[in-house]
Amino acid sequence: MQWHYLKRRIVNFIGIALTLIATAFTLFWLVWILTTLIGKGWQALDFSMLVQDTPPPGEIGGLRNALVGSIMMCLAGVAIGAPIGVLAATWLAEYGRGTKLAAIIRFVNDVLLSAPSIIIGIFVYALIVLKTGGFSGWAGALALGIILIPVVVRTSEDMLLLVPDTLREAAAALGAQRWRLIVSVVYRAAMRGMITGILLGFARISGETAPLLFTALNNQFFSMDMSNVLANLPMMIFQYAMSPYESWQTLAWAGALLITLSILAINLSLRLFWRDAKKGH
Amino acid sequence: MLSIATNPVVNTEEKIKLKTEGLNFYYGKYQALHNINLELAENRVTAFIGASGCGKSTLLRTFNRIYNLYPEQRPEGKIFLDGRDILDKKQDINRLRAKIGMVFQKPTPFPMSIFDNVAYGVRLYEKLPRGKLEVRVEEALQKAALWDEVKDKLKQSGAQLSGGQQQRLCIARALAVEPEVLLLDEPTSALDPISTARIEELIDELKGRLTILIVTHNMQQAARISDTTVFMHQGRVVEKAATEQLFTNPHHKQTEDYITGRYG
Repeated sequence: MQWHYLKRRIVNFIGIALTLIATAFTLFWLVWILTTLIGKGWQALDFSMLVQDTPPPGEIGGLRNALVGSIMMCLAGVAIGAPIGVLAATWLAEYGRGTKLAAIIRFVNDVLLSAPSIIIGIFVYALIVLKTGGFSGWAGALALGIILIPVVVRTSEDMLLLVPDTLREAAAALGAQRWRLIVSVVYRAAMRGMITGILLGFARISGETAPLLFTALNNQFFSMDMSNVLANLPMMIFQYAMSPYESWQTLAWAGALLITLSILAINLSLRLFWRDAKKGH
Repeated sequence: MLSIATNPVVNTEEKIKLKTEGLNFYYGKYQALHNINLELAENRVTAFIGASGCGKSTLLRTFNRIYNLYPEQRPEGKIFLDGRDILDKKQDINRLRAKIGMVFQKPTPFPMSIFDNVAYGVRLYEKLPRGKLEVRVEEALQKAALWDEVKDKLKQSGAQLSGGQQQRLCIARALAVEPEVLLLDEPTSALDPISTARIEELIDELKGRLTILIVTHNMQQAARISDTTVFMHQGRVVEKAATEQLFTNPHHKQTEDYITGRYG
């Protein structure tokens, strides 16, 4: 009896120790990445970065063109991918629940979710860039949108399934048609989770490089023309970090820090916003 | 001791509001209802009692065809509302549900304001100007005995109310559509005794104005509020009688065993 109890305590101790070590290991790399980014990118990060474009070697410049290009393509990507993802998730959770077709679609979606983004890039390259005769911001946005779809499908479906069936029944019992109860009750109940999913998807595509290599390429100059080559942060980071010029390398670090900080800001503001919304209700 | 409702015993000349004929019900291959033949009087309260799994909730859920949300569930037979078969393919299911309201076991406030909750069903079928809609919402909240508690916070979220208030909100929401029949599926089983008493008072006030069908696990509740009681066992109706008679002088041994607590 005593020995049995002691054994349980030892196993418990080992279990806790192992999970703590695993957590510490994960955090270690995260902290290292962040400190490196901040250490190398902080000095270059100032306001002038946001108003000047990428410079030729040896001159002072900023990231305005890459930042604007990235924001435009990511927003367009969300505009393409989010509605398709939400609608697909709606079918899976509301209409196709329990059917074989839904199981197949869910499986294919998971495959797409783990597909290397370079494959999406080359797909859009073959489909759009070659056919339209050139690299363009639209092709980049489409590639990012395609990458976003499975992320949104997955998170939105999970959130819709969290809405209790009793709520659907209550709306149906009042005589609401299926589409109406989905739009006016189910979406409302799942809204926070779905928006969070879309913003996390936005964060994910904001750092994608490979698909843009095949589609939007890059641009040294400021442009808001989506039908032509467009500057963007990931490609800029790639190009400048690999260059022999120290000023370019510093700029690349600043760009990397900027992406990281934006993602952090999205996550934090989301949390604060929902917390306040909860209080206000 | 059971306290007995002192309502007039249902007489046979009353108008029949709902009638089932040879009603069977299936969850996939499992048959949950067997050959139900019932006649339910208009503007009366009918209670359905029986052990868990006896089919009383399933039966209630056939009257507004809410089972339609689940493809594997299907009924067989006939259900007449004012003489028209509602299981008929031509029956508009949403119009039916506008006539037959339902309140569930757990309160189900929608994620919107108290006002919008009550107006939800009204807005589905009527395009009322704001002023008239406000009157309807107030009337419904009055009928559900919730108006005094919420009149100053109609814009607040319905989820903020207490459990008992939420349930009365759901009743108000169902009443706002002005239904002819109200289905109550164990409406007080998740509530404390005081909230339960308020809902029972409410049912008492509503009777005579609409037909109420209530499923309950609580026999005292059935005795207190209903005119007629239906006892079910294993998917079949064992006995249907005036509440006073069923609780004092049941015809069937099974009914007697159940109401005296020897079984179930």
